[in-house]
Amino acid sequence: MVDAGTKKTLASIPLLKTKAGPRDKDLWVTRLKEEYSALIQYVEMNKSQDNDWFRLESNKEGTRWFGKCWYVQDMLKYQFDVEFDIPVTYPATSPEIALPELDGKTAKMYRGGRICLTDHFKPLWARNVPKFGIAHAMALGLGPWLAVEIPDLINRGVVVYKEGGGGPVTSS
Amino acid sequence: MTESLENLREKIASLEKELQQEKERNDSFKKREKIAEMSSEVVDSNPYSRLMALKRMGIVENYEKIRDYTVAVVGVGGVGSVTAEMLTRCGIGKLLLFDYDKVELANMNRLFFQPHQAGQSKVEAAAGTLLAINPDVQFEVHNYNITTVDNFDHFMNRISKGSLTEGPVDIVLSCVDNYEARMAVNRACNELNQTWFESGVSENAVSGHIQFLVPGETACFDCAPPLVVASQIDERTLKKDGVCAASLPTTMGIVAGLLVQNVLKYLLKFGVVSSYLGYNALLDYFPSMVVRPNPTCEDNWCRRRQQEYAAAEAVRATQAATAAPQPQQQEEAVTHEDNSWGICLVDETPTEPRTDPAGGTSPVTPPGAVVGGLAPGIRVAYDRPAADGAEDDSDNRGAVGSSAPPAPDVTLEELMATMKSL
Repeated sequence: MVDAGTKKTLASIPLLKTKAGPRDKDLWVTRLKEEYSALIQYVEMNKSQDNDWFRLESNKEGTRWFGKCWYVQDMLKYQFDVEFDIPVTYPATSPEIALPELDGKTAKMYRGGRICLTDHFKPLWARNVPKFGIAHAMALGLGPWLAVEIPDLINRGVVVYKEGGGGPVTSS
Repeated sequence: MTESLENLREKIASLEKELQQEKERNDSFKKREKIAEMSSEVVDSNPYSRLMALKRMGIVENYEKIRDYTVAVVGVGGVGSVTAEMLTRCGIGKLLLFDYDKVELANMNRLFFQPHQAGQSKVEAAAGTLLAINPDVQFEVHNYNITTVDNFDHFMNRISKGSLTEGPVDIVLSCVDNYEARMAVNRACNELNQTWFESGVSENAVSGHIQFLVPGETACFDCAPPLVVASQIDERTLKKDGVCAASLPTTMGIVAGLLVQNVLKYLLKFGVVSSYLGYNALLDYFPSMVVRPNPTCEDNWCRRRQQEYAAAEAVRATQAATAAPQPQQQEEAVTHEDNSWGICLVDETPTEPRTDPAGGTSPVTPPGAVVGGLAPGIRVAYDRPAADGAEDDSDNRGAVGSSAPPAPDVTLEELMATMKSL
């Protein structure tokens, strides 16, 4: 249901413990700390494996997230804005990750640029409440989506490389 | 220069004239006046005559009561818009509409919206059309996403204070197209102890369902994984490449019809309200069942409502036991003085149970899932782990992380700063 690579990535992201959503006040702060710790660890691991592919930050309540993600093809870096809200029912329901600038450019999207996840994602998320967090949603949801959709969009000429827009391909 | 100014003046004059004509034409459209009281008079100018006839025919005892009721429709898409139109035409008292979306040309395979409305917010466009159809109905529209923190509080407030008498609405109808929004409606209704209906159409457009939810008494939406009507197609052969969802005006119209039919039965107290009714379009099969709540439901409010319901039931049982037994009313046999034609009533109700057309889709009941089992042809979308928190094997769960949890002494601000500096 999930390929070996994704599985390995998932296994290295810390699991979360606190079952709390944005309406849970103090418990949500605890959950948010777990979210940030897992994300930091995931990004650092990506960097160490020369596979750095996103940055995220949130408002101070941790209810609205935004950042960038990028995809490298033929030594060219294609960069996109990422955004999503944490729903009131989180973590029982996953965040709906959106790439607004690609809205209307691919059928694998719902309105507003929300990515269309595979049939596997929701069952997998549901089975892992509350252990999965934002880092898992990125690894299981957005990562595989970019890997399938962006090459196709580039191929069809819908996404074109922007000089300087994405900055140089970095390796750390 | 002066000449071009003159030209512009002429152009303005001609446009003004055109605008005036257009306005006059619009004014000539006859707007229907408000009607103070529903009349059962059968004249072609009475929009309620055929509805009030339900009383004369003995189907509904007091049809006018519909004007006292308030219904909240969450999601004004393929199902919600048709639902709102049906309720408007039935003369409902007040409608609250919630949706954050805009009308698009891609919606035109569904009913209700028209191409000229493209770009307008769905709730504004709907309220405009519906008010013209029936000006007796009050509309309150909210153009936002109910699942975000800020909007959710407002949504809860409107559900609990949005009725004609500024109390809770009489029923909430979920006509949304995604799990997140359904879970948000579920959460709100459990907290507010609000009776509601869930409705939905599958992404392959060939099945749908409605479900009646009374907090504590019936299963809530979170009591089990989502229920799906088995489509009779091998799901693996479904091609999902390239598109997220298909839709048909037929399936959506049918589901809206089933939904509003049950809403009318519930509000006007006639017939039997379905607890769960599925629709399999490929076989024209309508499985139905009662879904009982899950005592270990993940939703705290659901568990609390279940306790309240059990306590109330216990009180009812004791009261019934102490009350004097009612003498059974004898049903009198109808006898006619003469029956020269030998006419008699024949019971046409089939006695044979419906066979299971789903052909061996045996209902699976995973731990902590639907209590009481599922009707043939209905299954859960996926399994959940056992409610006691026992781990499935890691293979089945997809992944198990192993790393240490975050250090508790780091503040959130420090973590945010670290993330930013990466």
